[in-house]
Amino acid sequence: MGRKLLLEHINVPGINTLEVYRQKGGYRAVEKALKTLTPDEVVEEVKKSGLRGRGGAGFPTGMKWSFLAKPEGVARYLVCNADESEPGTFKDRYLMTYIPHALIEGMIVSSFALGANTSYIYVRGEMMPQIRILEKAIAEAKAAGFLGKNILGSGYDLELYVQSGGGAYICGEETALLESLEGKRGNPRIKPPFPAIAGLYGCPTVVNNVESIAAVVPIINDGGDEYAKVGIGRSTGTKLISASGNLVKPGVYEIELGLPVEEFIYSDEYCGGIANGKRLKATVAGGSSVPILPANLTLKYANGEPRLMSYESLAEGGFATGTMMGSGGFIAFDEDQCIVRNTWNFSRFYHHESCGQCSPCREGTGWLEKVLHRLEFGHGKMSDIDLLVDVSKKIEGNTICPLGDAAAWPVASAIRHFRDEFEWHVKEPSKSQTSNYGLANYANPIEKKEEEVKQDNS
Amino acid sequence: MLKVEETQPVEFSSALIASFDEIVKRYPAGKQKSALLPILHLVQAEFGWTSAPAMDKVAAYLNIEPIEVYEVASFYTMYFLQPKGKYVLEVCRTGPCCLVGAEKIMDHIEQNLGVKEGEVTADGLFSWRGVECLAACGFGPVLQIGPEYTFYENLTPQSVDTLIDDLRKK
Ligand SMILES: Cc1cc2nc3c(=O)[nH]c(=O)nc-3n(C[C@H](O)[C@H](O)[C@H](O)COP(=O)(O)O)c2cc1C
Ligand code: SF4
Repeated sequence: MGRKLLLEHINVPGINTLEVYRQKGGYRAVEKALKTLTPDEVVEEVKKSGLRGRGGAGFPTGMKWSFLAKPEGVARYLVCNADESEPGTFKDRYLMTYIPHALIEGMIVSSFALGANTSYIYVRGEMMPQIRILEKAIAEAKAAGFLGKNILGSGYDLELYVQSGGGAYICGEETALLESLEGKRGNPRIKPPFPAIAGLYGCPTVVNNVESIAAVVPIINDGGDEYAKVGIGRSTGTKLISASGNLVKPGVYEIELGLPVEEFIYSDEYCGGIANGKRLKATVAGGSSVPILPANLTLKYANGEPRLMSYESLAEGGFATGTMMGSGGFIAFDEDQCIVRNTWNFSRFYHHESCGQCSPCREGTGWLEKVLHRLEFGHGKMSDIDLLVDVSKKIEGNTICPLGDAAAWPVASAIRHFRDEFEWHVKEPSKSQTSNYGLANYANPIEKKEEEVKQDNS
Repeated sequence: MLKVEETQPVEFSSALIASFDEIVKRYPAGKQKSALLPILHLVQAEFGWTSAPAMDKVAAYLNIEPIEVYEVASFYTMYFLQPKGKYVLEVCRTGPCCLVGAEKIMDHIEQNLGVKEGEVTADGLFSWRGVECLAACGFGPVLQIGPEYTFYENLTPQSVDTLIDDLRKK
């Protein structure tokens, strides 16, 4: 059994209440931080822990905190990103539903570290039940003296509020989130200035993912050095993985970073293998924005070594043969799934969610969707495949926010690894409407052709 | 698209205004516009949609221009700019849910209700639509129903029929 730092008590009846959460050691981190540590010492522990942001980009949390500007007499804000909308990702909803006090406790400790006296949890509007759960947890924490004025006699004041979004994936991007929290359309801001200098209401602001904030609790309880001992290399600690698709046991799993991908998919402790006795065809390992990989490259590197669930290992091989950890949304595709159809579906998502500010993203995502639609529905031309590559290259890197890249990468990687299947849709337009391409060679053992793989990098 | 379907004046009850007041308190002085998204949810919960007259009233309450409300209501997907059925079934249509049968569920709902996506049943009770990822991918297919956004997971055609029957009887 891997170590659990966030979900250890998830199955304890009543753990969503303050009383039971306290019995299991909850709010110790608040007591320790506010009574025995200075804000800078809390930041130092988080730095030592090596915690990397769990929202997708993997930026070191302690470092992000140390960039926060602290001009005299200007308010600072901590905003928790609970917009969770990346297809394949549902860990934050799970954590907030079943163990809401883990987030509230993390928010108190983190706000103290940053010197914020008002903090917000921005929750996507669709999660109204979770908003109610968090509001109840906040009321309980306040009644117990963990929020409000002069918390635990430390002289530190904090008010914590839940804010509802209105339904827009783009509001997960941190500057769009801040715009939305100011009551505006969710248009990402041009950076710089970064939120650490000018964020909410123009004040210095840190935006962190739900899981990043919850991880601060074990870091403070056990110390940053202890946390850093869990995991592998620069991928320290544990990570919540949302597993979905054609698995025997989809769901949210807390893993120690460094777990072999094969064990994660096939062992009974985790996903229990592919559902209905089918074989694995492909995976999207870190949410819809990361490159899709065929089964063979999911389990092993191009050189045949096993791939692990860590930031570095998932990225091994770069875009040619690797992928990314992203938000930890792990989607498994069985042999009956159509990669072209899924790529079209994801493109429709990005087209729908583009805020429309930058032409390459607004127009490009529309073209991707349109061309993929005609390929999937049997009206495609061979030249469409290269057209898709061309459009995705023209979006990538040419936009205000990373949504453009996130729309381009899944298309580019699907064609890189599954070109045969795209071509089959053109060659067999009617057959592709009634049958599927199947597993083909996507699970075959990888031949060691390191030279060729490297050339692919161009 | 923003369509002004109705110009009937609306009244905000004092209880509704009091709930707005509670929200505005969360923000620093002068930043009351931050309350816009949460307030629009309350308006929609009360009236079933966000009509132009209701948005104008929200603008007046927050002391901002009406356009500031319209541009927000039309940007976000959760606000209805036209009247909908009493129950709007919103089914996730994104990749992971489709791997486990979301498209079949949508076809089934369309058949059961006898209306196309976005339309309202003759009795005014139901609408349905496909929406993007609801962050419940491991429990798909899923749908939600506002204004409390109750979740229904691991849907089958049978469970959808039962749900619709139960709502009809309510
Ligand atoms: C299009 C887009 C959507 C995003 N959605 C989310 C999200 O739903 N939740 C989240 O925590 N981060 C999301 N992010 C990443 C945030 O911009 C930001 O990096 C993150 O909240 C920082 O928190 P962390 O450092 O704790 O990971 C998204 C980024 C982009 C570009
Ligand atoms: S890349 Fe797309 S989503 Fe991001 S700011 Fe530009 S148009 Fe908006």
